[in-house]
Amino acid sequence: MPFVEAIRLALSQIRAHKLKSFFTLLGVTIGVMFLIAVVAVINGMGRYMEEEFAGKLMGVNTFTLRHRPYFEMNTTDEEWRSYARRPRIFLHDVEPVVKALPPDVMWAIESRDNIPVSTKDMRPRDVEAFAVDGSFFEIRNLNVATGRLIAPHEFASGSKVVVIGQDVKQRFFPTTEALGRELRIGGVPYRIIGVMEEQGSVFGLSVDKFVVGPMNSPLARLLNRRFGVIDGIILKSSSMQGMRDGMERVRQVMRGRHKLRPAQPDNFSIETTESALTFWAKIENILVMAGIVLPALGLVVGAIVIMNIMLVAVAQRTREIGIRKSLGARRRDILSQFLVEAATLSTIGAVFGILFGIGLAALVAKVSPMPASVAPWSVVTSVILGAGVGIISGMYPAARAARLDPIVALRQE
Amino acid sequence: MSPHVDTPISSTAEREAVIRSAGLAPDEDWVIVTRGIQRDYDMGGEVVHALRGVDLAIRRNEYVAIMGPSGSGKSTLMNLIGCLDTPTAGEYWLNGMLVSDMSDDELARVRNREIGFVFQTFNLLPRATALHNVELPLVYAGVPSQERKRRATEALERVQLGDRAHHRPNELSGGQRQRVAIARALVNNPAILLADEPTGNLDSGTSSEIMRVFDVLAAEGQTVIMVTHEADIAANARRIVVLRDGRISSDERRDTFAQRVALAQAAH
Repeated sequence: MPFVEAIRLALSQIRAHKLKSFFTLLGVTIGVMFLIAVVAVINGMGRYMEEEFAGKLMGVNTFTLRHRPYFEMNTTDEEWRSYARRPRIFLHDVEPVVKALPPDVMWAIESRDNIPVSTKDMRPRDVEAFAVDGSFFEIRNLNVATGRLIAPHEFASGSKVVVIGQDVKQRFFPTTEALGRELRIGGVPYRIIGVMEEQGSVFGLSVDKFVVGPMNSPLARLLNRRFGVIDGIILKSSSMQGMRDGMERVRQVMRGRHKLRPAQPDNFSIETTESALTFWAKIENILVMAGIVLPALGLVVGAIVIMNIMLVAVAQRTREIGIRKSLGARRRDILSQFLVEAATLSTIGAVFGILFGIGLAALVAKVSPMPASVAPWSVVTSVILGAGVGIISGMYPAARAARLDPIVALRQE
Repeated sequence: MSPHVDTPISSTAEREAVIRSAGLAPDEDWVIVTRGIQRDYDMGGEVVHALRGVDLAIRRNEYVAIMGPSGSGKSTLMNLIGCLDTPTAGEYWLNGMLVSDMSDDELARVRNREIGFVFQTFNLLPRATALHNVELPLVYAGVPSQERKRRATEALERVQLGDRAHHRPNELSGGQRQRVAIARALVNNPAILLADEPTGNLDSGTSSEIMRVFDVLAAEGQTVIMVTHEADIAANARRIVVLRDGRISSDERRDTFAQRVALAQAAH
């Protein structure tokens, strides 16, 4: 029987039993719906990571030297202990590192921690505090909305001045001018000299809840208790190649300073935007696995339902099968008729699932901070999966139908 | 009764000759030749001999009724002739092909091309229109859609149902349904029209209407084989084969048969 004929037949069967077909489709529809939605959320987050997050947090052609990796997961206890034994990065590491690099490389140093800040009249709140030096604002691409950035002489002298993010401004000075006012950090008053432009959010978490002060100010001591210790050195090249070369030079300098023998591994970490993205890729894999398991359950249930319905259909239509066989239908005609019917049924289920899934993804994107963007591959996969589930679950019922003895089948009432 | 063109009936001697040449393909004049076909059923360890060696030869254009009481093996014989089943032993030649050795798929092909079934219960697909029902054998023959429609419409017109093409079976009377079934049986120009109790579910008026359709088809040269247990229905055929206990007990012209039945009744 021609394929088109088989599909026409399948569609008319489905139309004839609308309610039954609806329930048959449900499992596949729900499975595919979640598949589409979950993958859309993961995909949306991934795109977000690449386009926004990595750029916002790291910047292009930028790498960071730290004593231990910032973007890492599944760290074993063993690794944790080895990180703890590593020497820290010190202020006196900065000069040799910067000297090893071409003059067009921008550098900055930072220490950061979540600490409470307050004003005279407001209760303390935790913000991300940075103590920095060098071209921090240029590398991070941070600009002031009002006021000014920290000046070189203020960096040098360790003036008690800060620039603040939009969130901090909104929290402490919602209606009044923030410039020139005092912010108390660790009991020490700092003068606000600039308010930064809004950065937006990453996964719904604001990245505007920060204060930045000079490394030489008392702020640094709050963030790193040990004198002279910094969290990291940030370096930005003008090109990708410059970044690659720079990373290798920094590595050699640090190995020399830490007196590592050639056989010993690095006891410091150099990370790039790529590290952040690799880190994300790992999370993404785990999420995808989790995101696949749930819809897979739906599809398995769908497959079982379809198999049952098809077995019932074969039993109910035994006489029809007998008639068709008496008129010249071969085994494979009957087999393909029922396979196509099951596949059509579940593909329709998958199509509904795709539509609902797109809707669900849009809903998630709208009501939650998670970005969602439907992945084309998930749509294609869903259709293939839908047809596949139908074919697999239709196999046994169709084989039973095809094996029927026409004489016995014709006798069926 | 419509006027018959008296189609030739094979003589007993000719039949004997073709049946005795075992293993040889009969010449193309013979549509059906069975040589000693047997059919045994295994009913839970006990073997039932439904057919115990049936020799039957039917020429093209013959109109034959197969009669017999229930349990005589006439249904089994019909299934074998209709290629729905294969014999346990013996040869069955249909239109020059040795059907008794064929595989399932080959049998399906033979059913599709060579046999037109007409059943007691019509066996139409309830959800399909008359036209679509008639198209079915052509679907399995791989005929393209356009031509299928044309040929199915022609077949329906042949049984005077051209105006009912788009009705479903439940919108048709019993006689109309059986005529749709006849149209379906004829649509692929089969070698034989095989009817199993074609009037069993019809009242006597409709029965004679259907029998007239068979008469016309036979007169036009269609080979017709009809299985029935009703003598007055069988009396429409030109030749009557009677089965008893899995064997042919008589095989004669209608008039000889009628005379013999009348004599037997008179003697009673």
